[in-house]
Amino acid sequence: MSNQTETAARLPTGIKRKTNKDNNIWRLIWKYKVLYLISIPSILYFIIFKYIPLGGSIIAFQEYNIFKGFGGSEWVGFAHFAEMFRHYDFLRILNNTVLIGLYDLIFAFPAPIILAILLNELRLIVFKRVVQTVVYMPHFLSWVVIAGMSVAILSPTTGVLNQLLGLFGIDPLYFLGDNSYIRTVLVGSGIWRDTGYGTILYLAALAGINPELYEAAQIDGANRWKQTLRITLPALLPTIMILFLLHIGKFLDFGFERVWVFLNALNTENGEILDTYIYRAGLLSQQYSYTTAVGLFKSIVGLVLVMAGNFFSRKTTGESLY
Amino acid sequence: MYGTISKSYKTFNAFNILFLTLLGLIMFLPFLNVIAQSFSSSAAITEGKVSFLPVDFTLINYQYVFSDASIWRAFGVSVFVTIAGTLINLVATATLAYPVSRPEYVGRRIVVLMVLITMIFSAPLIPNFLLIKNLHMMNTPWALIIPGAVSAFNFFVMHSFFKQLPPEIIDSARIDGCGELRIMMKMVLPLSKPVMASLGIFYAVGHWNAYMSALYYIDQPKWWPLQVKLKRMFETDDISIDPSASQFTDLAHTSPEGIKMATIIIATLPIIMIYPFLQRHFVKGLTLGAVKS
Repeated sequence: MSNQTETAARLPTGIKRKTNKDNNIWRLIWKYKVLYLISIPSILYFIIFKYIPLGGSIIAFQEYNIFKGFGGSEWVGFAHFAEMFRHYDFLRILNNTVLIGLYDLIFAFPAPIILAILLNELRLIVFKRVVQTVVYMPHFLSWVVIAGMSVAILSPTTGVLNQLLGLFGIDPLYFLGDNSYIRTVLVGSGIWRDTGYGTILYLAALAGINPELYEAAQIDGANRWKQTLRITLPALLPTIMILFLLHIGKFLDFGFERVWVFLNALNTENGEILDTYIYRAGLLSQQYSYTTAVGLFKSIVGLVLVMAGNFFSRKTTGESLY
Repeated sequence: MYGTISKSYKTFNAFNILFLTLLGLIMFLPFLNVIAQSFSSSAAITEGKVSFLPVDFTLINYQYVFSDASIWRAFGVSVFVTIAGTLINLVATATLAYPVSRPEYVGRRIVVLMVLITMIFSAPLIPNFLLIKNLHMMNTPWALIIPGAVSAFNFFVMHSFFKQLPPEIIDSARIDGCGELRIMMKMVLPLSKPVMASLGIFYAVGHWNAYMSALYYIDQPKWWPLQVKLKRMFETDDISIDPSASQFTDLAHTSPEGIKMATIIIATLPIIMIYPFLQRHFVKGLTLGAVKS
């Protein structure tokens, strides 16, 4: 120990400081070794279950053969990506995915904002609680259960919705067995399930608005509508922007489960999205490399969208995710 | 609070209450319809008579569901996966989030970055599938638990919670000679009960409702969770009536539709039973997560 200090003393100051710091880091790590020890399993979890599959994505550039493995399979460069854009199937499914994503953005994204503002206008607290309790509930149902309920409710012969439409003289509609309704059903079931739940963050933001702002606006003669426009919406804007960016990043990620549970032979043409296609062509038909290319394409588009959205948002509103 | 109320505001208020009542009904009536069908006879269902009240009230659908061993088996798998999975989730998330939230942890930025990256860029399905296959986890309940052990989002929620704990309490415990492990168990854990409850609920509901991972990784009925079993019942109309079970031979009183609806109710009951408890915690958990962003 004393020998080491002597050596350190003779060295130029810069190096001496470095050795000291190194020692400190190792001493610090040793002192708090328990913290490192307990964190190891979860770090390993991320490496094994998140980063190894990420590395395994190289099979998108191979003709992956399950017997030859990652090392033995032939490299084909971007062939699978090129193949993708020549596939009629792929283009049709990409078109479905983009359209469903667009409908979701236009109809499902603003719904909780409007509902939160309406709930916030309620003065009957008991009524507000009851409405909240009821509208939050569908979020906790599984997609399998929601699809099962839909089969019962939307059935053309026995469904209660078609019975209701019958009262207005409308012929029964086969909601789940018709290409022209499937996108509406997919987006609509999401609105039914998640609009109520989606209000929670907006309601929290609304609760944070200083009531004096409204009082001052009222003295200035602003009516409720003007107050909503000038005070409520601007106060919600940061929350809206953050959730909008998250939504944009997931634009192609409409979700596997919520689509798969509604698909059948009669509505796949318009209802199939990239995720269900990847499952069908990848896992069921074992086109491993090709569907990994499709999956990578999806992830990269998502990354570009979230980066671009983040950039524009920072420029225009100052809000950003990272 | 808002001074004089104008006439137009009063009309708005009336319409608002009306609209929200309608909305509440749209959210609630589907439940009522399913409950009504599950207690109705097959004749009534197929004739389209059942709306929001049972017609020809019968318990036969439930009797069938309770007598079907494969439904009970699937129920058991779901219960196991939910309990074991949630425990593993909480331990795995906390044992990463707590150390990384301490300023003493060298390299905490790298770990946080490592988790963040998985949130914005994830591997496609097939490499994940090949990993589970190579780890020999296919057709075991572990395939439903381990691959989702830590959710990146929940990690950040817990991380920001631990970060805002006052460092004084931990420092003073250290001065008193407490080891790090003791500090964690005796001081940090009791303080983090609320966040554990909130995240535990998110994880548990996720496990109970999970369908996708079982579809990917489990193809033997032995380890099917309830959601897969339910989907199968809808897909294939695979409701076989055992001819020796005399109470079901009288098929005029039961129907596949009614049985399906009864299974839906059974699969949803646990969620509905804990809903009051759930509601108290998820609002907290969600707004806690928002603090970070």
